[in-house]
Formats: sequence, C-alpha cells, structure tokens
Amino acid sequence: MKISSRVVVIPQENIDTDQIIPARFLKVTDKAGLGQHLFADRPDFRALIDSSSQVLVAGNNFGCGSSREHAPWALVDFGFKAVISTSFADIFRQNALKNGLLPIVVDAKTHRLLQPGTPVTIDLAAQTLFIQGGPTGTFPIDSFSKTCILEGLDEIGYILKHESAIASFEQDR
Amino acid sequence: MQHRNMKTLYDKIWDSHVVVPESDAPAILYIDLHLIHEVTTPQAFTGLRKRGLKVRRTDKTFATMDHSIPTSSRSLSGFDEMAANQVRTLAANCAEFGVPLFDLNSPKQGIVHVIGPELGLTQPGSTIVCGDSHTSTHGAFGALAHGIGTSEVEMVLATQCLLQRKSKNFLVQFDGRLEPGVTAKDMILALIGQIGTGGGTGCVFEFAGSAIRALDMDARMTICNMSIEAGARAGLIAPDDRTLEYLAGREFAPKEKDWDDALARWKKLPSDEGAHFDKTLTIDVSALEPMITYGTNPAMSIPISARVPKPENEADAAALKYMALEPGQALAGHPIDVVFIGSCTNSRLSDLRSAARVIRGHKVSSGVRMLVVPGSYAVKRQAEAEGLDRIFKEAGAEWREAGCSMCIAMNGDAVPPGKVSVSTSNRNFEGRQGKGARTLLASPLTAAASAIEGRVADPRRFGAVL
Repeated sequence: MKISSRVVVIPQENIDTDQIIPARFLKVTDKAGLGQHLFADRPDFRALIDSSSQVLVAGNNFGCGSSREHAPWALVDFGFKAVISTSFADIFRQNALKNGLLPIVVDAKTHRLLQPGTPVTIDLAAQTLFIQGGPTGTFPIDSFSKTCILEGLDEIGYILKHESAIASFEQDR
Repeated sequence: MQHRNMKTLYDKIWDSHVVVPESDAPAILYIDLHLIHEVTTPQAFTGLRKRGLKVRRTDKTFATMDHSIPTSSRSLSGFDEMAANQVRTLAANCAEFGVPLFDLNSPKQGIVHVIGPELGLTQPGSTIVCGDSHTSTHGAFGALAHGIGTSEVEMVLATQCLLQRKSKNFLVQFDGRLEPGVTAKDMILALIGQIGTGGGTGCVFEFAGSAIRALDMDARMTICNMSIEAGARAGLIAPDDRTLEYLAGREFAPKEKDWDDALARWKKLPSDEGAHFDKTLTIDVSALEPMITYGTNPAMSIPISARVPKPENEADAAALKYMALEPGQALAGHPIDVVFIGSCTNSRLSDLRSAARVIRGHKVSSGVRMLVVPGSYAVKRQAEAEGLDRIFKEAGAEWREAGCSMCIAMNGDAVPPGKVSVSTSNRNFEGRQGKGARTLLASPLTAAASAIEGRVADPRRFGAVL
C-alpha cells in the first residue's frame, strides 16, 4: 500500500473528536456519508483541507476525547488515507487502524517539514515516509495492524480462530 | 526495592484475563462485562448480521439508552426523528440478539456509567468495556474498564474478547486532606491541568494515597471518569472496605458463598508493595482550591481565585478568543448564563446532595437557566425521596429525567451560541455543549454557588453548608 499525495495541514494541537465530527452527527445508524460533516463547526479547519489530498497533517495529540469511530469514518469518507502527527490519542489510533486510516507518528523536526502542499509518499509495507525535498524517514506502526491492512486480515475472524482457547478460558472460571 | 514478581493492580487484572498472550499480535483479552448504548452500536449489530454471527454472551452484555434521549419526558413522540430512530434501532437490535435492555421505561435506566455500579454489575478485578470513552469510571471499583470504538464493540459482541496491547502503569498518589469546598472533581481537574490532555497517553492510571482512601465511591468514580481527559485509557482504584460496603446486596453483586469467594479474590487485587510503575506523580491535595476551566480542553484549568493565564501559543490564544476571555482576567465574578449539574462525571446522589446543600433556601439568579439531570432513574427516585428535587425546583432549577443531556447536547438540551455555562460534566471542547457554547467545567458545589450568584462563584463563600 502506497499513498502519494500533497499534504493538507491543520497546524493545531489537541484536535479532539468533537472538532472532527460534532456529536449531533452521531445520530446515524450507518457509516455512509459522514465526510460531509467532517470539521462541521470548524470552518477555519475546513478551509485548510480539500478532498483531493489523501494525507492530513495535524498537531500533537490528534483525536483526543471521545471513542466515536465516526471520527475516522468521517476522515476516510472525506478522502483521507493517512493522518500525520507527533502523537495520537489511544482510542482514535485504534479506531483509525481498524478503518485502514494510517496514524503516522513523526518527530517534531519531520513534522515541521510538512508544509501545506508538500508532496509525500507513504509506503506502509516498508514503513517509510518520503517527503519531497526532504529525507525519507521511517515510522512505527503496530505490526499486527499493518498485516491486517496489507493482507486484508479480519480481526474478528482472527479471534474466532482461537475459539477453543476462549471456550476453555470460560470453562476454567 | 522492586521485584520481578511484584505486580500492580493493572498487571493482576490483565494477567488474569489473557486468553492468548501478546506476541506479534496483540493479546486476546477476555471481557467480563460489555455495556452498550444507542449511539455507538447500530453499525456493530449491522456487522454481526452481515457475518451471520450471534452475541456470544448475552449474560455479560447489558444495554441502556442515555446519550441521545430526551430528559424532559420519557416519550419519544415529537422528538428528533433521527435520535428516536437510533433509540428504536437499539431496542430492535437487543430484541433480535437477546441482549437485556434497560429502556426508557425501565426503573434501571440511566447513564451507562452510573447504572453499571448501581446495579452491582461493576465488580473489582473484572474487565469492562463500552463504546464510550468515560468507561474509565468503573475503575473506581478496581475494574479494568475502558472505552472502545464501534469496530471493537462488534468484536466483543461476537467473541467476548478484545485484541489489546498492554499499557504502561502510571501511579498517581494523592496525599493530604481536602479543605471544605474542595472535591474529587477539583482533584482530577488539577491532575489533568498538571500533565495535560495527552499526559496519560499509553498508560493506565492507578490512583492511590490517603486522599483517595478518604473519598466515597461516588467521588472515586468522578476521579476515574476523567482519566481519559488526560489521555489515559483507564484509571484504577484498589478496592477497600468502602468498595465492598457499596457493592454488598446490589442486584448483580455475588451473593452468599459466591460473595465470600469473591471477597477472597478481591483481597488479592491491590498492587504489591514494590511493584513497578513506569511513571509516578504525587499531588498534595491540602493545597488545592476549587478548580475551574477557562479554555477549550480540560487541561486548561485554574484555581477559582486565580486569573486567566497568558496564552503560550496560538492554540491557547484561539481558545481564549472562543471563550471571550482575556489574559489576566479573574474568572470569579464572570457572568454566566447556564448551569448544568449532571453527566457520568457528577450526576450521582452525593453530587446532587452537595449541590442541594448549597442551593437550599436560595434562588437561581434571574437570567440563569439551571438544569439538574440525575444520572439514573434510581438516583432520581432516591433524590426525590430525600426532597432534593423540591430544593432545586423551589430555587427555580429544572429537574429532569435521567440521561447524558447537556454534557453532549445530542438531545436538544444545549447551551445557546456564545452563552457561558458552568457545567459539572467532563469536556469543555468547542461546541461540546452546543454550537458556540462556552463551557466552564467545575464541581457540583461550584456550579451550584455560581447558579445562585449568576456569576462564577467560589463555593467556599457558602462555607457553613459545605
């Protein structure tokens, strides 16, 4: 999986999930079309992004706040395939990976190189981030999540393969 | 002296729930209790249906309605059609999959993190998940409890397990004694203010120390509830006599011989002396004042007598602009429009009692709307039996049915744009309580005092009743 795109940048720290998608849009019973509500109450953020970019760059601690998976659903539906930041909130990171949205952590120096419009190439298999006019760096990613995304492995299917272990665990309690 | 075999409370709960240990893949962790609600589950049930799977343990799964429901009445007629549809979808899904549901007409209905403990479902040493980040609340009982996304809700419904990597151990020691007027809410706001909204990322907190031991269970839940606001997935407090006293006799708590067996297990839960913590922090609560937030995340807080600090960066400056506050300005005395007492942070009986003690014999300031929303139907019944509802109503406050209400503003209970609210909830993010709403997070005491004065007020001014 390779992503080549110009980046869009929202240079703000602690962008919480209420900013990503406000709670009033959580009354849905499916996942479709949430991209239209991405950053709905943040015209300032909305002005910085466009759906021709697949890579969002944002400040530290992106996705803090609630556990709503609607946040990565909205980002993916809008067209993003990766978010680059210096750190992510735990639940958001998990939710993103489960939807094939790559949460890519870089150091502050690399983060500063990513200006609006900078072309980047992300290679998930090699775990490399190539920044045009800059160095190619590597990024960490959970090895299991990487395999799931690259090979289309289903996590629930993976757990169900351990049915006998689960059953005996339940038996022993 | 640290020793390899010494374990923390978190280590012990983790170890006793590993079905398949962590390898290249995350551990498969067994889940004892799965709480579900209307907002983060419809897509998970759709997923189950597509796969042709059942809910594996309908005896370990419980549903309630809380986030998007009306609190003005228990009727959905004339209510927001999308929200009503979501509520009906939960009922249909629970009926189809055989999941017990505490619906709008159930005497057990309430905010998911209020009813779990209340019913005795929340038990020490257990693993608990829910598609809601404030699941950390249940950690007050020494249960490993955290929020999950909807894909994980589907995973747990299907397998009763969660793929999980172990977090780091972070010990937060609260020593000293709280002064009158200073509460658990102020302790947790002070912690978040000190370490920031990402200060606990990758960690599970264990809250310990004499100031934690001195708190009742409701107050301990307030502390654990806001663990997530510092980025920690969970917060834990080791069970003690207060925990057992709270649990004994509750509907789903173990009975008779099972209770004795449980006690023997629970006694072994506290962290071993010398167990290793990756991080530790000590806070002396004796010096704490009532805390209040001034910005747009829960880490932006100050003691109520302090002044709004100078912004350190553009984000801080933007937050102050949103809040219409100036650096150097005192928050005490700042005019307010709304007071909200409720949410999974502060809607339990002791929260309502403490707010009522301040309000009794006073009037809510003209021009201020005060909403009191009990966390559960059981809390509401008990509060009414004690006459708390009359105290609030006579003061001019609205007394509501149980639900999340103005904490998340999904149900029409919202703060109007540009208006200032003093709220006992957990998040002051931009727009959290309604588009353009300006939220100041504080304790029930501070909220009640502010309602009377129509301005941000120090509850210590009402000293005699604290």
